Amino acid sequence: MAKIIIDGTEVDVPPEFTLLQAAEAAGAEIPRFCFHERLSIAGNCRMCLVELKGSPKPVASCAWGVRDCRPGPNGEPPVVNTKSPMVRKAREGVMEFLLINHPLDCPICDQGGECDLQDQAMAYGVDSSRYHENKRAVEDKYIGPLVKTIMNRCIHCTRCIRFSAEVAGVPELGATGRGEDMEITTYLEQAMSSELQGNVVDLCPVGALTSKPYAFAARPWELSKTETIDVMDALGSAIRVDTRGREVMRILPRVNDDVNEEWISDKTRHVVDGLRTQRLDQPYIRHGGRLVPASWPQAFAAIAAKAKVVTPSRIGAIVGDLAAVEEMYALKDLLMRMGVKNIASQDNAPFNPEQGRATYLFNATIAGIERADALLIVGSNPRREAAVLNARIRKRWRAGKFPVALIGEKVDLTYPYDYLGAGPDTLSDLVAGKHSFAEVLKGAERPLIIVGAGALARSDGAAIAALAAKAATEFHAVKEGWNGYSVLHTAASRVGALEIGFMPGQGALNAAAMTKPSALDLIFLLGADEVDVPPGTFVVYIGTHGDSGAHRADVILPGAAYPEKSGLYVNTEGRVQMSNRASFPPGDAREDWSILRALSDTLGHKLPYDSLSALRQALFKERPQLARIGQIVPTGPADIRQLSSLKGEIDKAPFRGAIDDFYLTNPIARASAVMAECSALAEGRVAITAAE
Amino acid sequence: MLDDKDRIFKNLYGQGDWGLEGARSRGSWDGTKAILDKGRDAIVAEVKASGLRGRGGAGFPTGVKWSFMPKAIGDRPHYLVVNADESEPGTCKDREIMRHDPHLLVEGCLIAGRSMDCRSGYIYVRGEFIRERQRLQAAIDQAYEAKLIGKDNIHGYDFDLYVHHGAGAYICGEEMALLESLEGKKGQPRLKPPFPANMGLYGCPTTVNNVESIAVVPDIMRRGATWFAGIGRPNNTGTKLFCISGHVERPCTVEEAMGIPVRELIDTHCGGVRGGWDNLLAIIPGGSSMPLIPASQCDELKMDFDGCAALKSSLGTAAVIVMDKSTDIIRAMARISYFYKHESCGQCTPCREGMGWMWRVLTRMADGRAQKREIDMLFDVTKQIEGHTICAFGDGAAWPVQGLLRHFRPEIERRIDEYTRNADRSGAVQVAAE
Repeated sequence: MAKIIIDGTEVDVPPEFTLLQAAEAAGAEIPRFCFHERLSIAGNCRMCLVELKGSPKPVASCAWGVRDCRPGPNGEPPVVNTKSPMVRKAREGVMEFLLINHPLDCPICDQGGECDLQDQAMAYGVDSSRYHENKRAVEDKYIGPLVKTIMNRCIHCTRCIRFSAEVAGVPELGATGRGEDMEITTYLEQAMSSELQGNVVDLCPVGALTSKPYAFAARPWELSKTETIDVMDALGSAIRVDTRGREVMRILPRVNDDVNEEWISDKTRHVVDGLRTQRLDQPYIRHGGRLVPASWPQAFAAIAAKAKVVTPSRIGAIVGDLAAVEEMYALKDLLMRMGVKNIASQDNAPFNPEQGRATYLFNATIAGIERADALLIVGSNPRREAAVLNARIRKRWRAGKFPVALIGEKVDLTYPYDYLGAGPDTLSDLVAGKHSFAEVLKGAERPLIIVGAGALARSDGAAIAALAAKAATEFHAVKEGWNGYSVLHTAASRVGALEIGFMPGQGALNAAAMTKPSALDLIFLLGADEVDVPPGTFVVYIGTHGDSGAHRADVILPGAAYPEKSGLYVNTEGRVQMSNRASFPPGDAREDWSILRALSDTLGHKLPYDSLSALRQALFKERPQLARIGQIVPTGPADIRQLSSLKGEIDKAPFRGAIDDFYLTNPIARASAVMAECSALAEGRVAITAAE
Repeated sequence: MLDDKDRIFKNLYGQGDWGLEGARSRGSWDGTKAILDKGRDAIVAEVKASGLRGRGGAGFPTGVKWSFMPKAIGDRPHYLVVNADESEPGTCKDREIMRHDPHLLVEGCLIAGRSMDCRSGYIYVRGEFIRERQRLQAAIDQAYEAKLIGKDNIHGYDFDLYVHHGAGAYICGEEMALLESLEGKKGQPRLKPPFPANMGLYGCPTTVNNVESIAVVPDIMRRGATWFAGIGRPNNTGTKLFCISGHVERPCTVEEAMGIPVRELIDTHCGGVRGGWDNLLAIIPGGSSMPLIPASQCDELKMDFDGCAALKSSLGTAAVIVMDKSTDIIRAMARISYFYKHESCGQCTPCREGMGWMWRVLTRMADGRAQKREIDMLFDVTKQIEGHTICAFGDGAAWPVQGLLRHFRPEIERRIDEYTRNADRSGAVQVAAE
């Protein structure tokens, strides 16, 4: 620890702190534009200048370390002033320089009201202008369908450049020209190809980079802000949903260092327009091959009529990617009361909760990636399956000494890796020590093995899970204080379903078996749109969008999308998180659990809870670990050892990526025009690369 | 006036052979092994004792700078980088060394490299210096061939020397931007600290020196620190290449003792100011980035670091730009401002935004299209730039404007008055829009 005097207050801070951090520790606020905690230090905006006793010039506090300060002649701690006339003058000067070429278009700027430049000009600027020359004009650039540029407003802080080069790993932004002609651009006006590009909008301290889909849509002060959880992937990123009236206007990230730091993927952010289009706002019943609008009682009666004539063994339920724990629990509860055993998630992964929770969780935890010192990825493309998690891996890789190897599809992960092979054979070879990377993993203190859906969601998934677990034990990835066997799920509902046992039990059918011709007479699809139900089965679809599930349905029960309900989600680490309601379902649509509750009454198996809290109470009684919101209930390493001893037949087919199109993975995203444009652009990029 | 025997740059005008034979005949490469064998501490001590101050502009004592390098080689190699990106307007001394006496530099690099345990040195040559680079490369090739440098050379100290060609950006003469450029990145100054002696080229301990600073080292080592320290004044020792340009009869680059009065310098070597000493308006003592000194103060001006500092200017690179009374001093400074606006790297705010502002206001002032209150405002703007930037470029751009405002305020006011007075005459009013 080092002592330093800031504005007369002596504080004790670690010597590697910068003056800016030390000042914050001392309670002094330092304005800044270019500095950002999660990016490298640029020191170019000069807004954070402070006076350091003994230095003739003010110093940039974001870049000057406490250990760089020289002590006084008698060993006194260094003295820093953040409020002296010299500092005030320096800030006013920088502020004036930033504003001379900044347009006065705050009234039409989307950043207005949440603009760092506005705020700091109020706090640290002067109230009049001395600049009477013409302002600089800069051409706007095209950098993709998500980020709108108004380059006149740019203050050249280079946060966006540093983000794309460092965090996103796609160094497509840069500065051309020099002096006052410096411009931020993608050079050839290409669209950025990162799945995290939307974050540059948040990073931009002014209105130079704003959200294109949100352009001119709302003002920050007219929005209600709801803190909630994202469901676009299995991470459960912390988000804030901004609504005006009942309409969701935009989605922004929140800080959660354990999960998403402060980034979110473009799908999370820009799926918003998908919440407005293609919505199911009333029940439908199929009559004579056509879906016709119906009332709730009619829809329930139609289901009851069907349920009465089929045997429970010919009834099943498949849950989709976005379901919350509550509705899965209610559905399971209802079906159990009806004597139905055929319940499954739509992805067919072979997890068995009886083998222990560790067998299906990301045991190393997302934050734990930063503690790992070697990484093996098996059958996963984290860049598509969990873009934010991929940024975390990249962050670890940038810190150095982090060998990465991949078994599966050869893809661009934004960091280099050893490509070992495409399929299970390679994994077997590695376990047998036939590959040089085996030595790397053996030598590692905390090896991390990420097993993805590409390896598990196939018919021999159980055997591959056992093989991967064998690798984990072989390379000492499972030990006291570290469990490196980590399953990366692709959907928000998946771990929740496993936690409450929404799985086919002994002798029951899984999703693949349920969708075989003439396997079932009645099937409930809880937001499951990625399954193909054969003709002849009566389909009850509970969901939000007119997607493939609704097209196939015989009865449609309109549900609530994720911002329209409060629900529990368990992310891939096993972290329980609760989402909050930001708006309301459209039309006659209802929250899914209440639909099931009402349906249960008609079916004659009334569920014993009349409110969401009563449902949760019943749920927590049965699964106490779900009551620990925000936490991960620890698992034992023994499960992995046990898993590794299992045997099974392995298919030699190579691992396939679990996600073909990052932008179109769920019904909400498929209803979004913005996602469709991104998808088309990504497809086009593939075509261009192939043609070369 | 400097005695011929005390000259270091004996082939400054290229009358002799630039090559190895010629250099040897002038004393280069003589007893180099003995110098190297003294060891690094002895060399650093000798250079410290000579009082040599960096010749690139800032005037930091060279021996002290060398002593900042780590004492022993750790897991990172040490690098010597020679700044031959001589771009300061008015300065033309390093190019004379490189094209007429390159072996002084090559030998200097070897000795300086020895004194800091560097096994390789890089010479970053300005983009426009194509012939100079070729000549320097030829000299290095000669030295390699004669086994003076390189692996297993006759001096018993392995040392490799590389010439790197810049792309012509002025900012790449700033040491941190130079290192960035040398690494293949965009030439933008890095933040200090860490200083290059800690984290320089490729993150390794590095010392960046000017060509002239390095080129005088062999002579200091051969003739001794006391000889060098005996020339000039205390704290301003040795000989220096002065580049005199502008309104003199014969512009030239000449080696002179530090501390020579500027009038003597101009009268002796350049045939005097055009139209006589009384026709002098002002001089810029050290390249375009230093504040000008009006004629009234030039009589007492001694050309060394302290002499210039006493008149609120600086010796800089000792590139004396002489302006006689035919000069439109405001336009001249506006032109210098344009140069800095053009060369600003654009990284940090005060410089990027301030350069254009200063240039635009000065351009108007040169016509008289300004308000008198803008003179104070302009001075305030220069103060807002000075000391607030990442590198010294901002200072160097603000100083010439400050010099103008300090010494020629009446001229600016006179021109504004004149413009106002003639405002109703046809042709006097210029269209204000750009």
